[in-house]
Amino acid sequence: MKKELGIFSLLVVLCIVTASINPRFISPTNLTNMANLIGLFGVFSIGLGLVIITGGIDLSVGSMFALCGVLLPLALTKWGFSWPLAALLVIAIPMALGWVHGALITRMKMQPFIVTLCGLMIYRGAARFIANDSTLGFGAGSGFETLRSIASGKFLEVPMPFVMLVVIGLIMWVLLHRSIYGRYLLAVGRNEEAARFSGINTRMVITGSYVIAGLLTGVSGIMLAFYTNSVSPSNYGNSYELYAIAAAVLGGCSLRGGEGSIVGIIIGTALLQVLQNLVNLLGIPSSLNFAVMGTVVLLGVMADQMLQRRAAAKLVAL
Amino acid sequence: MSEPILTPQSPIIHMDSTPLLEMRGISKRFPGVVALDGVSLSVGRGEVLALCGENGAGKSTLMKILGGIYQPEEGELWVDGKPVKIQDVNDSMRLGIGFIHQELNVLDNLDIAANIFLGREPLVTPFKLIDRKKIHADTAPLLKRLGLDIPSDTLLRNLSIAQQQMVEIAKALSLNARLIIMDEPTSSLTLTETDCLLDLIAGLRAEGVSIVYISHRLGEVSRCADRVVVLRDGKNAGGLDRADINHDNIVAKMVGREIKNTRLASDAPKTPGFLKVRNARSSRYPNQSVSFDAARGEVLGFAGLVGAGRSEIMKALVGLDEQGAAEVTLGNQSLRIRRASDAIDNGIFLVPEDRRGEGLVVGMSVRENTTLPSLATYSTAGIISKARETAITNEQIVSLKIKTPNAESLIRNLSGGNQQKVVIGKWLAMGPKVLILDEPTRGIDVGAKAEIYKLIRTLADNGAVILMISSDMEEVLHVSDRIAVMHEGHITGVLDRPDCDEQNIMQLAVGRTSPVSKPAFVA
Repeated sequence: MKKELGIFSLLVVLCIVTASINPRFISPTNLTNMANLIGLFGVFSIGLGLVIITGGIDLSVGSMFALCGVLLPLALTKWGFSWPLAALLVIAIPMALGWVHGALITRMKMQPFIVTLCGLMIYRGAARFIANDSTLGFGAGSGFETLRSIASGKFLEVPMPFVMLVVIGLIMWVLLHRSIYGRYLLAVGRNEEAARFSGINTRMVITGSYVIAGLLTGVSGIMLAFYTNSVSPSNYGNSYELYAIAAAVLGGCSLRGGEGSIVGIIIGTALLQVLQNLVNLLGIPSSLNFAVMGTVVLLGVMADQMLQRRAAAKLVAL
Repeated sequence: MSEPILTPQSPIIHMDSTPLLEMRGISKRFPGVVALDGVSLSVGRGEVLALCGENGAGKSTLMKILGGIYQPEEGELWVDGKPVKIQDVNDSMRLGIGFIHQELNVLDNLDIAANIFLGREPLVTPFKLIDRKKIHADTAPLLKRLGLDIPSDTLLRNLSIAQQQMVEIAKALSLNARLIIMDEPTSSLTLTETDCLLDLIAGLRAEGVSIVYISHRLGEVSRCADRVVVLRDGKNAGGLDRADINHDNIVAKMVGREIKNTRLASDAPKTPGFLKVRNARSSRYPNQSVSFDAARGEVLGFAGLVGAGRSEIMKALVGLDEQGAAEVTLGNQSLRIRRASDAIDNGIFLVPEDRRGEGLVVGMSVRENTTLPSLATYSTAGIISKARETAITNEQIVSLKIKTPNAESLIRNLSGGNQQKVVIGKWLAMGPKVLILDEPTRGIDVGAKAEIYKLIRTLADNGAVILMISSDMEEVLHVSDRIAVMHEGHITGVLDRPDCDEQNIMQLAVGRTSPVSKPAFVA
């Protein structure tokens, strides 16, 4: 809880500073836009967070977006899928791929980094091949207005991606912090052997996290496709997994596994988006965007390490 | 056990000259705790000094002061009759002090010579490359001196634990160590390897090297020590000279009261043949199989040398060995055990040897560890009730007398004995029919050991089957009703209570048959 409080204070301070320098920060347009982006990035960051809690990593998220991003317009406009079927397809594919990742990691004992790095390359290539390397969009197609409004509409003036983040965040909070599966996830992440000796089916637990990550990637994939409205497969979604990893780590997930919270991941996501927004609003050259984010993540994790070391030193001394 | 290496009459070398090392009135405080309170200690040249004490008595802190890791607040260090300061490991090395830690400090991807010269490799011009010829040439005589007949270019990973330890000793000697501190050096050695180490210690002693020997294994201490110094609660609790060193005297000083070494017998009723195990195989010994029977209410000890395959068989029994298999009958019910959860569902639980690696998630709380295998019991529709978890955990804390501030404390902040109680507690909460304990008191202090023995006995008396693997001869004799002895993957014989003694166990453990041993089961 302390961790979340620390990063939450940082978020609040950044918001206050930015708002006082440039009041446009709290204009309805800017807030809506930010809520949109926080929702889009938050949903799949939660999925990646669960994977990181098992001690794994998923580098293929961005490429999965490209794959979903080309399949969705194709299914809706070219292949004449009904919108529920198209949505199901675009959610089921990343889930199935997640299951394959999980199986390769737990059954074949391959390293998550390698498995998902190969995924990153394969799915990007597949997306470009399917789309013939050309930009796809929804154009003037019709028949999927419902899906569009679920994915990119508004609910009581709040952008749908943000609403989705709140709903999914709540479900995932219960899953991670209150359910048996969540406890297993944390136990497996901290000590897989001990979990196995306690009768936990560790393969299922780990594979499950990749499948859930796939599910959330699929959901964000749909929202993202309608948000951008056009998909050019060669760079669409590029390096989005890194945003998610950064958000999860900022939010208190340890890449060693076994640590992390849903609230932390969401705050981490929000912090990254506020930073990007701040770069724009404060007139910092946008080429420095990544440099600013990198610096904040670095300093955040460094501060956390130092605090932890101090706490540990106190314990050892006892 | 074997003959003492030293007889009480054997002369103690150079004992009357200036001691090699003297620690005088050493005190060390940590916030909230006094780790050492005016401890004094001296080691003569060529003397083997055993340092004994319960966990937390201050042995490690005292040795860390010698290694320069901690600075004492009070007290003086004297080497060769001159006061010295030890600020860091380099000071310690320069004074000729070497350390052999419980956890070996070797790099198993490098060869023996590279390990010995790590960090101080001689270089050859012009490119300042490592002088491989020289390090191998210098390593060979060291190995010879230790009686280790292995080429110096052998990779460490191809050596046994005992041989790796020898390499560490060789490294200490190559640094001209005059005093070698060994912290629980035999905890992962087999009995034969332990004998070799004790012989080696005698050899080093004869060459004038001093040894500080830290061990919980009092049998070894009585065999090799010239003198014993006992610490208790960070203070000197007395010492024993060669003639007075024996198990009872050391224990009396460690705990400050007399403890009688008696057997834990029981007249509780037993149901023979309640557990039947047939054709149990482990991946380690795929061509050997093990069959045995055990009664309800019985503690069946499993003795044998390290590497006899005892742990492996038990892991196969509870479904943790994927290549292993076992036909298990409990009562009249024959069980299919394919994975760990099958064994757990049938009330067969394992308390593994590696407590922190396999038994517990040390970064989680006492509550989370206690309920980990039985979460479904404390949940509704997959959602855990923390209140029910806390209730059962508190029950275990009270009934097992687990010393912890509360159920939310992290396991890593508990002592070894209390950690072990949590492992046992998580299974007790589920009502064990068969409880398998693998080295249940390894690294646990004497007081907590006694409590765990009593607990094991009570469990058996209440109708559980207890299978207890132990390499500690005293322990297995103390607690077991019968003792099965294993050798290289199979049971060489089972001893009934009247025949349980060291002699018979050792016979079977080295693979000989013993005239008194019984078959492991009635077909």
